[in-house]
Amino acid sequence: MPQRPFKYFTALSRWTALSAVAVCLSLTTVPQAEAKTLRFAFQGTLNALDPYSLNETFTLGMLANVYEGLTKRDKDLSIIPGLAERWETIDPLTWRFHLRQGVKFANGNDFNADDVIFSAERVRAEGSDLKTRIPADSEWVKIDDHTVDVKLKTPNPILHYEWDTWYIMDKEWAEAEGAVAPISARDTNPGQAAFKANGTGAFVVESHEPGVRTVFKPNGGWWGTPEHNLTEVVFTPIAADGTRVAALLAGDVDLIDPVPVQDIPRVNENADTEALTGPELRVIHLGFNQIRDELPTSDIKGKNPFRDANVRKAVYQAIDIEAIKDRIMRGLATPVPLLIANEQYSGAGDFSRWPYDPEAAKQLLADAGYGDGFSVGMDCPNDRYVNDEAICQAVVSMLARVGVKVNLNAQPKAQYFAKVLAPGGYDTDFYLLGWTPSSFDSWNILTNLAGCRDETGAGGPFNLGGYCNEKVDALAAQIVVETDTAKRDGLIKEAYTIMTEETSHIPLHQQSLVWGKRKNIDIVQRADNQVLFYWAKVN
Amino acid sequence: MIAFAIKRFVQALGVMLVVALISFMMFRFVGDPVNQLVGVDTPPAERAALREALGLNDPVMLQFGRFVVKAAQFDFGISYQFKQPVASLIASRLPATLELSFVSALFALAVGVPMGVYTGLYRNTLLARGFLAVSLIGVSLPTFLIGILLIFAVSVNLGWLPSFGRGETVNLGGVWNTGLLTKSGLQSLILPSITLGLFQMTLIMRLVRGEMLEVLRTDYIKFARARGLSRRAINFGHALKNTLVPVITITGLQLGSIIAFAIITETVFQWPGMGLLFLQAVQNVDIPIMAAYLLLIAFLFVTINFIVDLLYVAVDPRIRIGGRTAG
Repeated sequence: MPQRPFKYFTALSRWTALSAVAVCLSLTTVPQAEAKTLRFAFQGTLNALDPYSLNETFTLGMLANVYEGLTKRDKDLSIIPGLAERWETIDPLTWRFHLRQGVKFANGNDFNADDVIFSAERVRAEGSDLKTRIPADSEWVKIDDHTVDVKLKTPNPILHYEWDTWYIMDKEWAEAEGAVAPISARDTNPGQAAFKANGTGAFVVESHEPGVRTVFKPNGGWWGTPEHNLTEVVFTPIAADGTRVAALLAGDVDLIDPVPVQDIPRVNENADTEALTGPELRVIHLGFNQIRDELPTSDIKGKNPFRDANVRKAVYQAIDIEAIKDRIMRGLATPVPLLIANEQYSGAGDFSRWPYDPEAAKQLLADAGYGDGFSVGMDCPNDRYVNDEAICQAVVSMLARVGVKVNLNAQPKAQYFAKVLAPGGYDTDFYLLGWTPSSFDSWNILTNLAGCRDETGAGGPFNLGGYCNEKVDALAAQIVVETDTAKRDGLIKEAYTIMTEETSHIPLHQQSLVWGKRKNIDIVQRADNQVLFYWAKVN
Repeated sequence: MIAFAIKRFVQALGVMLVVALISFMMFRFVGDPVNQLVGVDTPPAERAALREALGLNDPVMLQFGRFVVKAAQFDFGISYQFKQPVASLIASRLPATLELSFVSALFALAVGVPMGVYTGLYRNTLLARGFLAVSLIGVSLPTFLIGILLIFAVSVNLGWLPSFGRGETVNLGGVWNTGLLTKSGLQSLILPSITLGLFQMTLIMRLVRGEMLEVLRTDYIKFARARGLSRRAINFGHALKNTLVPVITITGLQLGSIIAFAIITETVFQWPGMGLLFLQAVQNVDIPIMAAYLLLIAFLFVTINFIVDLLYVAVDPRIRIGGRTAG
């Protein structure tokens, strides 16, 4: 840890002043110019390093510094070649990938087609959390050492959309380390291979103490041209918000993620630090239970008010999204008309939100036969999304103004998800949820959030309220196999139009990423919240 | 004596079993561990299979029985999050917590005893009143607030000490990572130790002060004064010596709670010890870690009380005789 500058000499005793002089002397004698260390602190921990163990943004983002996929995503999230130099679709059911030549893994092994086929098997194997990256029934054929064909059973226009986080592993290394099978959450003794990494990426893991400290060093044998100037990256988890911000202000770390919105002014006021903000892809939305015949938390008996599209629209129009943005999110939110982020759907501009209009909301409620209002319970996490509980509280008071009495139940995410997801029997009448389509594509939204589901969740696992429209389902089934882009976009638009017209959900906003950094750090903040060291510079 | 020890030992085992049972009952309400183990896209069928494989669908008593049988063999299972054996995980975090706890206790003693003596001897001076006012802060301010205030004052504004973490550590014999041998390790230790030890310091100071006031009124001190002994010999050789017996007892007992309540301090300072491990486990519903930690803390308290009981028996024959007649 480098010495911090002593700012207040007057307050120091003679002894510390002397030692400060000694430090200054030592600074002049020890050459420091070449060490460019990036010290990074995140709120969560980095645990196992097996790239198929956990399908979670932070873990996969950290591993993106060490591993690479066949494709990569650029600074603007567009797909660029990774370990595959180029690819083509020979026919709708056959894709051909041409692999990059001369690439080596960190242990010196050559990268070739066998590694790709091995990784394709491994990621689909029992215990992998990334099985959805590749169609289970696809067939992988080695044409030569640097060409691989993928044969599909059904056309798939977005086959490679998620491959930037499907990392290619070294077959020989995995076999030698005993890591052929993915490390699963259920493994009773995964062994040390789960904590090692051997990728083709720009960095290597030098040491890894899960939950304490991880040190990365540049990979000298990397095939690409480094855009970073780092000699070392030290990652430390700091869970407490106040401590993380203090560590940045004190100069003990160079980069933190996230900065709580209320601390942004504090970070910007400090001479050496600044906040880096930008929209995140995650969209926060509200959902209604539409699958139950009667809402257990409501005073309306014998029917479910949320089955009436007018009631859903009334709730929508009663919510003042601009007030939420200004007061609760402190301007750091982008209200959206759809369940997908504006960056992820080219047609988002054609849609707009239902306007905020409490009078219209009251009228809609009266038309639906709820002129005297009704009561309903709402479930909300309080430690999952930015100011999640505060958003729910605002919704409660806004709905009270149109006569809907909401009883809020805000809980930590562990309890919240246990209640509202399939294992808890989707036990919620009205809820707040955030969602990022990992494939960057609308089909993910239609099938996860809006597909008709049964009691077990089959059909639409994260459609907690059980919204169901067979037309939307039919469109989704067409979208998944349609390879003509223009036609596909038309189908997507049709589905979103139906959902908007009948207020399937209430999209609220994209929350913002807020990183804090020292001013001498340059780094790219990608909207998917991956922290990528290979675009970082210490000046 | 041996019968007494065995009886106490059996009672101690009973206490630990009850602690384990209560914690298992509570685990039903902390949430769903599976949701923390998989990504958002993981289909419900996979989640259900994982729940079954982890044995979370079994009745609580069966899970509890399984845990006790394994715990008796020092096997606490595998952490869901870290995917490492809990026993080795706790062993690797134990040194950080123990070093912090002992340094805090030392700080509490080294500062608390002199302050107590001073406020006992010169109770009407301005400084003594100042000490008492400071001690009021130590008692009434919550630990996390003291921690964050210290971080902002000393680390952020003055820039003197590190704001978080343990600094560089040195590995001793492959099992013990110590921060006591490096400059950054020692610097990192200062703020957390003060935070953790402040309450104990206050306690000791008030205890010493009270005892001093008591002792100074006794006859033998008056006689010592009459004999013309130096003030120094009276205050430290006679008075302080006689106040130390309760101080040592309390300090010993408090050591257990320092270790147990290091959770907050460790979280505020991101101190990589057992307490931080436990708090993260609660957030992630990592049941194996929670169960093992609670059992360990129960063990700690039971052991300390057991030793204290034995010491009392050794010191005070009345308890020995009472124990025999009762048994």
